[in-house]
Amino acid sequence: MTSTLTVQLHKQFGQARDAFSLDLEFHAAPGFTILFGSSGAGKTSILDCVSGLLLPDAGHVAIDDWVLFDTSTSVNVPTAKRQIGYVFQDLALFPHLTVWENIEYGLSHLLRGQRRDRCASILDAFRVSGLGTRKISEVSGGERQRVALARTLVTDPAVLLLDEPLAALDAATKAKIISDLRSWNAAHGIPILYVTHSREEVFALGERVVAIEAGRIVSQGTPHEVLDAPRQETIAQLAGFENIFDATVESTNPDRGTMTCKLFAEGQNSVTFETPLIRAEVGTQLRVGIYAGDILLAIVPPVGLSARNVIEGNIVSLEQRDVVVSARVNCGVEMEVHFTLAARDALQLASGRQVWLVIKTHSCRLMQRQM
Amino acid sequence: MSIDWQAFGLTVELALIVSAILLALGLPLACWIAFSHWRWKFFVEAVVALPIVLPPTVLGFYVLVALGSRSPLGRLWIARTGHTLAFTFTGLVIGSILYSLPFAVQPFAASFAAIDRKLIAASATLGASPLRTFFRVIVPLSVPGLVTGIVLTFAHTMGEFGVVLMVGGNIPGVTRTVSIDIYDQVQASNYAAAHETSLLLLVFCFAVLSVVYGLNRRPHRIGPVI
Repeated sequence: MTSTLTVQLHKQFGQARDAFSLDLEFHAAPGFTILFGSSGAGKTSILDCVSGLLLPDAGHVAIDDWVLFDTSTSVNVPTAKRQIGYVFQDLALFPHLTVWENIEYGLSHLLRGQRRDRCASILDAFRVSGLGTRKISEVSGGERQRVALARTLVTDPAVLLLDEPLAALDAATKAKIISDLRSWNAAHGIPILYVTHSREEVFALGERVVAIEAGRIVSQGTPHEVLDAPRQETIAQLAGFENIFDATVESTNPDRGTMTCKLFAEGQNSVTFETPLIRAEVGTQLRVGIYAGDILLAIVPPVGLSARNVIEGNIVSLEQRDVVVSARVNCGVEMEVHFTLAARDALQLASGRQVWLVIKTHSCRLMQRQM
Repeated sequence: MSIDWQAFGLTVELALIVSAILLALGLPLACWIAFSHWRWKFFVEAVVALPIVLPPTVLGFYVLVALGSRSPLGRLWIARTGHTLAFTFTGLVIGSILYSLPFAVQPFAASFAAIDRKLIAASATLGASPLRTFFRVIVPLSVPGLVTGIVLTFAHTMGEFGVVLMVGGNIPGVTRTVSIDIYDQVQASNYAAAHETSLLLLVFCFAVLSVVYGLNRRPHRIGPVI
């Protein structure tokens, strides 16, 4: 059983100056399709249109040959008949019902025995079996997320819409729920539209990403293809990095997942670094940011490391800031490096000392240079 | 004892019947007001609210005309039953329903409108029909508002005077309610009797309101639990 969701939407919101329009088309095969974009990009409106809660001005929504919405043929299947499961961002669990009653809510068409079996098995699959008799207000945040998923999945939807359902959870809980969701969908194989603005979630789920900005699709593909385009640098992003250099792409190595970049700073030499691979051509001007705390120092040439950048240099100066030591190291360009007092003493680090800097490829954060 | 128990019983009966009918009529009307997107909806809302600002005599006058033997409704009623609607208990019920309409519909509509739309949307995505959503989600979460509306309707009908006087007149056992009785006693300078009946009405209404609001103290939260 494989089904594909086709979505083609046009909708105008507001007038004149605060006008916003949704204008896009995509297909979602079974499995996760991630709608990625900043808040206000129109992600939730897309889910609302697909589920029938919001009426597009024009468009076409279909699950395989089953047309749910089509303006040219005036088809508009009501939400309740679309068989589309929708887990809202704020979950929308019914506060006056127990966990069990919430989950049973969408099964009123079944006999009591069937209802009981279906509920019991979904409670089990999402590890909330012990909570059946509790009111929604009596279960924790992570459990509510599981109950909301279970309430929707128990109805056996043909398509699942998830609107940042895990945004409020810690990483460990999130990972467990995602893995439960994956094993559920391994058996069901339905298209899942997953809305998020978190890059981490995109990589954790990542099969296919549709990036959305201001109501339009700006790119789609694998997480790597879509997300690793360099990000526009902003004051906030620059503020966090102790080390920021201009850089030029020297070569791209897709087979190694890296790029070689030449870093340089005004009035200094340059140094060649391996950075994460992004969609950029040789000669592209970028910026590279590196946290001072992400850099390791060695006093002998280190070997057998996974880190791709091992660079020789000399300590120019050392300065103690409270319990952290901040050193400036010249390795072609000057880098700020942070380490502890203990490290300074154990390695007898002092000005003029020869050292090797160890920097992981992914500690080099690439940003678009502002023109 | 100079309390007119017949008038008191009649008033309670009238208030109970009106409350029950307004619960049945008010739920769909309030639901429509809360959820309709019709652009002229405000006209309907204004009509529903009219009895709050109109003098009861104005309302009573028009009800009397509408129920009288010259109106189509009045003629139809006479043709079917052989007597006029005016100055009957049924006429009184009709007048009272109109008079108390906003006291039921407004609290109902306000509590329906306060329900998180996401809960209603969630119900629809779970395959529930609008009717099922109404009875399984909207009504249970509106219990405080429904109770308030019914209690206000009951109390308001218990104490109504102008409409009753215009539509019902003062026929003992048929249309003579407590407030008319009090008015009569005062007109006859029978202050002791007026006092007793007034106090009875005051205590009774206070007791009913106290019990209902006391029971209604811990309502469900209206929004979704986050």
